[in-house]
Amino acid sequence: MSSRKRNDRIPVPARWRGYFVLALFGVFAVALVGRAIDLQVVDQAFLTQEGDKRHLRTVSVPAGRGAIEDRNGEPLALSAPTESVWAVPGAVLEAPEKLPALADNLGMSTAELRNRLEEYKSRQFLYLRRQLSPADARKVMDVGAPGIFLQREYKRYYPAGEAAAQIVGLTNIDGRGQEGLELDRDTFLHGESGSRRVVKDRVGRVVEDIAEFEPPQPGHDLQLTIDSRLQYMAYRQIKEAVVKNDAKGGIVVMLDPTSGELRAVASYPSFNPNDRSSINRAGVRARAVTDVMEPGSTIKPILLSNALDTGLYTTEDTIHTRGWFQVGRLTVKDFRNYGDEDFAKILQKSSNVGAAHVGLKMGAEGVWKTYNAFGLGQATGTGFPGERRGVLKDFYTWNDVETATASYGYGLSVTALQLIRAYGAIADDGWLRSLRLIKGEGSRMHAQPQQVISAKTAATMRRLLEGVVAPAGTATRAAISGYRVAGKTGTARKAGGGGYNKQRHQALFVGMAPAEDPVLVTLVMLDEPQKDAYYGGAVAAPVFASVMRDALRLLRVPPDEPEILAAASDTKAGT
Amino acid sequence: MNRRALVIVLLVAANLVSAVMVVQAKHKTRELAHQLQEERVRHDHLATEWAQLQLEESAWANPDRVAQVARTKLHMVQPKSYVVLEPGQ
Repeated sequence: MSSRKRNDRIPVPARWRGYFVLALFGVFAVALVGRAIDLQVVDQAFLTQEGDKRHLRTVSVPAGRGAIEDRNGEPLALSAPTESVWAVPGAVLEAPEKLPALADNLGMSTAELRNRLEEYKSRQFLYLRRQLSPADARKVMDVGAPGIFLQREYKRYYPAGEAAAQIVGLTNIDGRGQEGLELDRDTFLHGESGSRRVVKDRVGRVVEDIAEFEPPQPGHDLQLTIDSRLQYMAYRQIKEAVVKNDAKGGIVVMLDPTSGELRAVASYPSFNPNDRSSINRAGVRARAVTDVMEPGSTIKPILLSNALDTGLYTTEDTIHTRGWFQVGRLTVKDFRNYGDEDFAKILQKSSNVGAAHVGLKMGAEGVWKTYNAFGLGQATGTGFPGERRGVLKDFYTWNDVETATASYGYGLSVTALQLIRAYGAIADDGWLRSLRLIKGEGSRMHAQPQQVISAKTAATMRRLLEGVVAPAGTATRAAISGYRVAGKTGTARKAGGGGYNKQRHQALFVGMAPAEDPVLVTLVMLDEPQKDAYYGGAVAAPVFASVMRDALRLLRVPPDEPEILAAASDTKAGT
Repeated sequence: MNRRALVIVLLVAANLVSAVMVVQAKHKTRELAHQLQEERVRHDHLATEWAQLQLEESAWANPDRVAQVARTKLHMVQPKSYVVLEPGQ
């Protein structure tokens, strides 16, 4: 009660005092805003620079890039940590007695090192050596020179080397994708760097770790459908064949027809992704995906499959030929006169006349629809960067000449992948599947498989194609002892500036085994073989045989040739 | 009066206990942070070693090398004919 009385006695202050205080606050506020503008706008550049000098830094913590693996988990591309040595030149020069030892461990001469340090003396950061192995980097640090630091960097290694180089691709020195799948799946593989805030002293040492830590997010691993053993083997064989035939290049593609997964995509020339200096443009191209060619005679099984499937012909029907026939201004010719031909003979002898007869009977629209149904002129589904779709012109632009030439594979162009995909349908009971290069999560959405011919027609066609490899066929050298092989040769003249060039050819063979129930379809293409025999049967078929023989053994596919099985079981009984 | 004194004593005691606990928690945090840092370094070392071992393994297991060793050292040849046995057969 007494305190209340005391309060009452305090006089009410004059009003001006309140206004005075308010005005004072106003002045302060204006002064503050003014100062803020001064700092933030006028002096901003200067102050930022000053702040930097005091070394409150955000240090980036690099994240590892995801690995690329084959279907069995073998690495095809792998990031290993390395250390890059960097220096604050001024600080290093303060201890000249350490320079010789330092230069020695960095693999340069003392004079060279001193010159570089002197040259960049005014800088605070200078790379002395990038991507040293951790062991070598430790030796550099053990010298104990001041102003020397390590920075973690990841280096990309490619254990499969040139065998899978075009498909896997490569990264640039900063770890971003540059070619192939490394480029296409860069965001998936690439990790997010973390960061750490630290205070650094004049020579760049971390003196205080502020507890702000953003952990790095490593990239995801990418698993391919490729089997590295088959890939290696395919590459070795095609390289050998290209060199032996003095060819410009070559392709081997292997496909598991039951899943649409590519088991090997090899091409030569290639490049060594572990040695950046060896890279040339020709080697980087993934020829199986990005190069188009005329399919030539390898198209015939596709055409005839459809003729059988629609009931236009049966295997008993014969077509009368006399070695040549005239369609408008075009003379279709065979190697020699094969007389009356059934489908088995058309394929076995690779008769253009026979195929042209079938094609003309189907009509332009029928031929076009067949090729279109088998996926020619369409994307295969691999999603590989730079994939080409080839050229399949619309049928309403075709006249009889074009229909006839299309029947034996001229006047349209396909990629190796499109061709092997179409053969995959013959191998897998008529199911045309999207091709896959990437397994699991990383794979894109794939179209549903389409049944383009009946299972019965596919089986019939495989039986007919066995005749090509039989002693009377064009590809006797594609035969593999112990296995029934079905396949087709092809030889395409390459179109140059002024039409087809008689000297430049592409030799092709596409085949599958075991013929009854193929586990593997293989395509072999040799580009411009220079030796006298350029026919697919002479050049590409032997490569097919050796690649396929090794592949079937590696995949532990039981031989299906009856005599061989009998002989083998005899010896088994004996042991 | 007695009750007020008791409350004050209790509050002071609680204050002391909580102060000690804060110190302990701080200490524990530092200890764990240190431990975490050590584990990070260890993880880093192991990751480095793992990557290097993988590279080494793939170098040794290079099919070309395996084929060469099989031919020259072990005198293996490619069989002319064979049967494939499934496990348990």
